[in-house]
Amino acid sequence: MDERILRMKEEIERELSSITELSELDRLRVAYLGKKGSVTALLKGMKDLSPEEKKVFGADVNMLKEFAAKQIEEKTEILRKKQIEAEIAAMPVFDITAPAADNSGSYHPITLVQRQCEAVFKSMGFTVEDYPEVVTDYECFEAVNIPKDHPARDMQDTYYLENGQLLKSQTSAAQNAILKKYGPGLINNGVPIKAIFPGRCFRNEATDACHENTFFQMEGMMVDKNISISNLIYFMKTMLSEVFRKDIRVRLRPGFFPFVEPGFELDISCLICGGDGCPSCKHSGWLELCPCGMIHPNVLREGGIDPDEYTGFAFGLGLTRLAMMKYGIKDIRDLNSGSLKVLSQFRDDG
Amino acid sequence: MFLSMNWICDFVDLEGLDKVDLIHRFSLSTAEVENEIFYKGSDISGIVVAEIKSVEEHPESRKLHLLKVDAGSGELIDVVCGAKNVRVGMKTAFARLGAKIGDITIAPRKLAGYVSNGMCCGEAEIGLSDDNSGIMEITDDVPNGTDIKTIYDVDDIIFEVDNKSLTNRPDLWGHYGIAREFAALAGRPLKVPEMDDLTVYADMPGVDLRVEDNLCKRYSSIKVENIKRNISPVNIRIRLYYCGMRAINFLTDLTNYIMLEMGQPMHAFDARKVEKIRVKRFDRKFTFQTLDGVERNIDENTLMICNGDTPVAIAGIMGGLDSEIVEDTTTLALESANFDAASIRKSTVRLSHRTDASMRYEKSLDPEMTVPAIGRFLYLLKKYDSGVKVVSSLTDEYVEKFPPVTLNFDQAFVDRYTGIKIDGETVVKTLTDLGFGVKHEGYRFTVDVPSWRVTKDVTMNADIIEEITRIYGYDNFEVNTALSPLYPIRADETKTDEEKMKDILVKRFSLHEVHSYVWAYNDEQRAIGIPVEENVRLANVTNPNIETLRNSMIPTQLCQVKSNVSYSNEFGIFEIGRVVNGLDENNLCIENKNLGVTLYSRQTELKSLYFRLRDILAELARDIKHLELEFVRAEPTHTYEHPVNLNRVILAGVDIGIIGTVHPTVGNNIDKKGNIVFAEIDVNKFAGVSTKPIEYDEPTKYPTMDYDLSLDMPKEMLFAELTHCWKSDDSGLIKNVSIVDTYDTEEIHRITVRFEFSSNERTLSSAEVQEVIDGITNRLADINVTIKTA
Repeated sequence: MDERILRMKEEIERELSSITELSELDRLRVAYLGKKGSVTALLKGMKDLSPEEKKVFGADVNMLKEFAAKQIEEKTEILRKKQIEAEIAAMPVFDITAPAADNSGSYHPITLVQRQCEAVFKSMGFTVEDYPEVVTDYECFEAVNIPKDHPARDMQDTYYLENGQLLKSQTSAAQNAILKKYGPGLINNGVPIKAIFPGRCFRNEATDACHENTFFQMEGMMVDKNISISNLIYFMKTMLSEVFRKDIRVRLRPGFFPFVEPGFELDISCLICGGDGCPSCKHSGWLELCPCGMIHPNVLREGGIDPDEYTGFAFGLGLTRLAMMKYGIKDIRDLNSGSLKVLSQFRDDG
Repeated sequence: MFLSMNWICDFVDLEGLDKVDLIHRFSLSTAEVENEIFYKGSDISGIVVAEIKSVEEHPESRKLHLLKVDAGSGELIDVVCGAKNVRVGMKTAFARLGAKIGDITIAPRKLAGYVSNGMCCGEAEIGLSDDNSGIMEITDDVPNGTDIKTIYDVDDIIFEVDNKSLTNRPDLWGHYGIAREFAALAGRPLKVPEMDDLTVYADMPGVDLRVEDNLCKRYSSIKVENIKRNISPVNIRIRLYYCGMRAINFLTDLTNYIMLEMGQPMHAFDARKVEKIRVKRFDRKFTFQTLDGVERNIDENTLMICNGDTPVAIAGIMGGLDSEIVEDTTTLALESANFDAASIRKSTVRLSHRTDASMRYEKSLDPEMTVPAIGRFLYLLKKYDSGVKVVSSLTDEYVEKFPPVTLNFDQAFVDRYTGIKIDGETVVKTLTDLGFGVKHEGYRFTVDVPSWRVTKDVTMNADIIEEITRIYGYDNFEVNTALSPLYPIRADETKTDEEKMKDILVKRFSLHEVHSYVWAYNDEQRAIGIPVEENVRLANVTNPNIETLRNSMIPTQLCQVKSNVSYSNEFGIFEIGRVVNGLDENNLCIENKNLGVTLYSRQTELKSLYFRLRDILAELARDIKHLELEFVRAEPTHTYEHPVNLNRVILAGVDIGIIGTVHPTVGNNIDKKGNIVFAEIDVNKFAGVSTKPIEYDEPTKYPTMDYDLSLDMPKEMLFAELTHCWKSDDSGLIKNVSIVDTYDTEEIHRITVRFEFSSNERTLSSAEVQEVIDGITNRLADINVTIKTA
């Protein structure tokens, strides 16, 4: 073999062994195997040789070429591996246990509870109705059978406005309008009235941890032919079990509310003790939850519905009270405080 | 109201029944009973009647006496006693050794050197009354050693009914009415109370009595002389005490007793002071001293009982000091009357004075009750003071009777209302037990409502359902779902939009939903320099801080920002709430439902914060309505609005609200270092815009071409003023326009706009794109916008 080839082979081997970076390898490849590289240059020096010598010399140079290429490739592979290993070794540990960034918004707890209730009633085919906060005396009282001298009308309970209107003291103020809105459908097409109407109510009273002048109720009613007390109990039990997501026992006691007859106070088995008695239920096993009853014939009549043909039930849930019970909110005033220390804690709770 | 089971048992025999269980049933069928039931007398035992045989002064103590008493065995027991009223021969209540009073067991005890082997007891000590003036006096006829529980009604079950739950039941304000309910619940007969026969006095002269005002529905009176007794019998005093009333004197106690028993308030006048009873109102104001010693202001609306022209009592509320029963009273003019319920309630409110009597009258008492109450009163008076003489006939001015009510219904009505089967016999029995007159023929019922139910709560068929079902027991109801036909329901659009808004604001923009009040808060607003604007006012608030309804959500939210500044360096709040914007032509409030959004930041510069809020509004429109918002510059109309950068928000041509930054005066009051931007959107107007249907645009298979133009705009020119330059192009080749860069210096306002061209039919040539671009640049040139060439 030609001396020059042997020398070059040794030279390549020597240089390769000292290389530690991939970039140097590239440089090496170009220096020897590139168009202007040393190995290529060897071939250029062949023109002085005899054809015989050319043949031998050419084959040897090609062998050298292949040898060099293979060596470089192997070295490349080794260096690549090393580089990946180094990259892995250099990777720091991210402390995933550090607190996650918190950029969440929040819903008002009343919205959360209202949505939960609405979902239950919607699933049973009830419409959700909205109603103004400023109403007339007729809507709030007269239309729902609260006669002129009823204590509920006393100035100290209701916020009256200069123009004679008032801030609705109960969601029942919507009953008449809803009966009139859906009454024709009931009478002409037999479509039962099934509606809930959540809303804000106002009572003119001093506030403390348990009393607010502004609070949320959700009223509901169903009117059709043959709606009975038995149906009322069924619906209340079913709905409340859904709302609280556990089997609730209900109990009715006679209660007096002008817009229903018979009227009831509905108690539910205590949510804390389940009925065995505990401090939350004053050891009675029951919690007084909502007034309900069969819609008073005068209320139906005033809404354009013949009470001899149709009957219905109505109920009122205190959404504010429900939210307080559900989330353990102790001071009712926190709800309208606008305090983000309180309110930012309430994430979606569907 | 406290109720005594002994008293109830005067009128219904509940022997052999679990009385506490009956009380629970009463709570479920009639009226709410408070949880705690009191077992009176259960904490005392071993108290017997003993006679004081001798009394000696204690040698070293002024107060103590050394007694020898006989407690029935004949043996004399040494007792040390501190009561003033001890005397030889007196019989008293004596706690023997081993007796129990509450937690104490009586044992021999040394008092100032002498051993006491038992204790003489006062009534208060053993819980029979609040009398702690001395030891109990017991009549001589009771043998020594008798357990006091065998002579007095010490043992009793007392329960309390929530007065609120009796609002509509005037008949339940006395034990007799309560006993009627227990009788119906237990299925036992109700006894008729023993009464004096009033007809025997018919020949006597009448009481001089005239009702001159129809607010008095009935006035019954009788006069009695020769009253000797001053202190009530022990059992009467025990019952009054157990039911929460103090014993005063025999006549007063007896009127109270009848009130607690029959539910009929009565008043005992000293007959010396009341000769000519007149019931009337005065046409002037004056003051009147009631028997509690208080001077009260009487006006033209207050009904008075008078002796001639001299007022002696406020009708139905309280008697006067001058005519009350006193120690030497021996003649009595008894009042048993009925007054207009609303009038009594209003007088009570005016006088701020509610009494046991007025509480009952305001429930609409049965006017039929006045005379039986007198019969009952006289029966008890004669029983306990046998020498009394009735000196007048029963005088009864019955001004206005309640019209009787007869109800007709059939079994189908009962079935339909209850949804269960309650048979005719049960209906008849229940109603009869409650005192209704019932005729039952075939499927039909004819029911006469008793006088004590007709004044308030039973006037129509639905009321009868309550009577039947409450005694039947709601716990016994079979519970069934309704068999109503099903129809689809469509959600209200405003409501749907509201919920979507909340979700977008909370979930996408991390805002916090807050609630607030519908009125302006004067103090809080003043503190940040926002005067409360003229608007509809509340008519009857006592709190001067809340007198005007709010006309915008923004002042409320700015107050809330102020109170939350310490919460975080940056936050956003929102609320969908109501505002009132004046009155309409019918003098009714114009109520609007508005979304208020306010962003606060110490870390984001004002322009970015403003654009963040703009993007929030744009996203609401885009997400819910698939539409782009437009903005139009607005002039400030409120003190909190910064005059620059205030814009109306336009959706599909409808003005739906406003966006702006806060006026520096207000902003500095809230936080000098913070930036605040706000927006208010009319939710109903927003919801009224229909959602644009989704127009699907098939992605083109041909290449798209971007063409950027850098535009030098005159200062103050808005982007919205440029858009017509490309919107008027009708080639249909512009698929999208966006701003890719902006460059602002003192002199230059430059934006780079990228036009995206494509066609669904072919690959576009540069020539046709250039043609569109030329059109745009020509139109831009018309409005003095120049193209910056590279």
